[in-house]
Amino acid sequence: MEFVAYVREASEPEDLPPPLSSGTLLWARANLFSSLGSSLTTVVLVALAAYLLPQLVAWATSHAVWTASDGAACRAHQDGACWAFVAAKWDYLRFGSYPLSERWRVDIVEAIGAVLIVWLLWTNAPRRALGALLFFVVYPIVALVLLHGSSSLGLPIVDTLLWGGIFVSLLTAVVGIVFSLPLGVLLALGRRSPLPVVSLASVLFIEFVRGVPFITILFMANNMLPLFVPETWTPDRLLRPLIGIVMFSAAYMAEEVRGGLQSLGKGQFEGAMALGLNYPRMMAFVILPQALTFVIPGIVNNFVGLFMDTTLVSVVGMTDFLEAMNNAIKDPVWSGPTIMVTGYVFAAIFYFSFCYGMGRYSAHVERILAKGRK
Amino acid sequence: MSADPDCVAAIRFTAVHKWYGSFHVLRNVNLTVGRGERIVVCGPSGSGKSTLIRCINRLEEHQRGSIVVDGVELTGDIKRIDEVRREVGMVFQSFNLFPHLTVLENCTLAPIWVRKMPRREADELAMRLLTRVKIPDQAYKYPGQLSGGQQQRVAIARALCMTPKIMLFDEPTSALDPEMVKEVLDTMTALAQDGMTMIVVTHEMGFARQVADRVVFMDLGEIVEINAPQPFFDNPRHERTKLFLSQILH
Repeated sequence: MEFVAYVREASEPEDLPPPLSSGTLLWARANLFSSLGSSLTTVVLVALAAYLLPQLVAWATSHAVWTASDGAACRAHQDGACWAFVAAKWDYLRFGSYPLSERWRVDIVEAIGAVLIVWLLWTNAPRRALGALLFFVVYPIVALVLLHGSSSLGLPIVDTLLWGGIFVSLLTAVVGIVFSLPLGVLLALGRRSPLPVVSLASVLFIEFVRGVPFITILFMANNMLPLFVPETWTPDRLLRPLIGIVMFSAAYMAEEVRGGLQSLGKGQFEGAMALGLNYPRMMAFVILPQALTFVIPGIVNNFVGLFMDTTLVSVVGMTDFLEAMNNAIKDPVWSGPTIMVTGYVFAAIFYFSFCYGMGRYSAHVERILAKGRK
Repeated sequence: MSADPDCVAAIRFTAVHKWYGSFHVLRNVNLTVGRGERIVVCGPSGSGKSTLIRCINRLEEHQRGSIVVDGVELTGDIKRIDEVRREVGMVFQSFNLFPHLTVLENCTLAPIWVRKMPRREADELAMRLLTRVKIPDQAYKYPGQLSGGQQQRVAIARALCMTPKIMLFDEPTSALDPEMVKEVLDTMTALAQDGMTMIVVTHEMGFARQVADRVVFMDLGEIVEINAPQPFFDNPRHERTKLFLSQILH
């Protein structure tokens, strides 16, 4: 039988390489100019930005007044920000009416706090347990002694009436965050408890606090707390709104955590119980680590909300950062048309940078936790 | 609490009844399991066989009758429940491994926190048992990175790390791909040969024939028939048993 083979003698013409799938131009074509409508939108928005951005930048930089001893220079330059006002009021914005000679105590508390918080938040930091111990146990005592004073240590007492500014805002936020999460977890567990008394108490607390505006909670904490305790134990006027903010935030946190608990299947509980883990250990090692991870975005959302809500403590007479700014703006020495805008833009930058930082950090933590599980 | 181990049965059900609401899921169950005995429980779905073994470590509570496990009667007393759970290991159909912990951490969690074992000792024990189920090389992975068969073997190792006296298996191969069933059954067979008291709910009749000392057939919440595997499969006494066997043995 004759064997016939078909053998190709010439190679096929080579194909072109596949078109690039990345590159600035390609990206722009795919995302900015994919159709007539999106091209038009791109052009209009770029034109608008080109018109507005330089003005904004000029307002904040080249046209701004950077140094001045009073409002006269700012009144003369109405097309720019009056950063000189912020610089002049900086100490008041940081410390409120805290006595000048004692402000180094606030500086120390802030510095220690910053170091400890970085230690705790840095996920690869060495000896984080020690950091946690220092932050949650030692630091509050040191901070209280330093801020409030102690006659035995020769530190003059500074009444909380005089506290104010950024350090009060940060203090309120940190206390709120540190206490509301554990309290919220307890309330969430309480709400799911099979014991009717515990679950009813948790439900009542959560629904009551959520059903009332925050300002109402603050007024109640401020005016009603002293009625419930003997006169000598009346909580300090700074402590009362702190209790209010912790209660308020904990109620929201509880519902967030409950959502995380519900997203866990029955199998995780049964797996833990079958191994003989009792309730606290099951919760601490199996259930909560998973449930809290699921709801990190919601928890951070609550933290951001809490940070914003700290501005409301001014309604019960505390001078937080925003209230200090309000007071500073009213100073007749600096009166002028640009002062208010400058002050509030600065306050916005302050609040934004903290909240944006929290958001980025939570995204970072989520990425780390996601890496482990796949 | 626990009496003389030689004369007390590992598990004794006496006239046990259980209801889910108005649904009577266990009806007058009487069963005594001796030490070292291997029991396979089979029956159609909904017959109460899973409920039966979940009552042994009180994942379900019974409403009437008594269940005595290793000399300890199960009541609402949380101390006794914990005491029983320490001695009874359980393997689930859906593994129930903890996805946020590595395989090794899954295995050492209970020994460290329930048995108060030092971490190093617990690690060694876990590695020994992971070697026994033939996956020591997966110790530092997370459960989600393993195949179903490997996960189930980790679950077996995790239960064994508590050195239980009794092992419960609740349809351990039902959620597995067919090619992984064998590796899990082999692990269980090896365990049976070492003399572990085992109660296995399964549809794997080959395993029942090969490993079981007695086969329990349940239907509609009742124990219909208990017999050694050979007579159970070859000469079932009860009509319902015959029907069930004809349906699953093709």
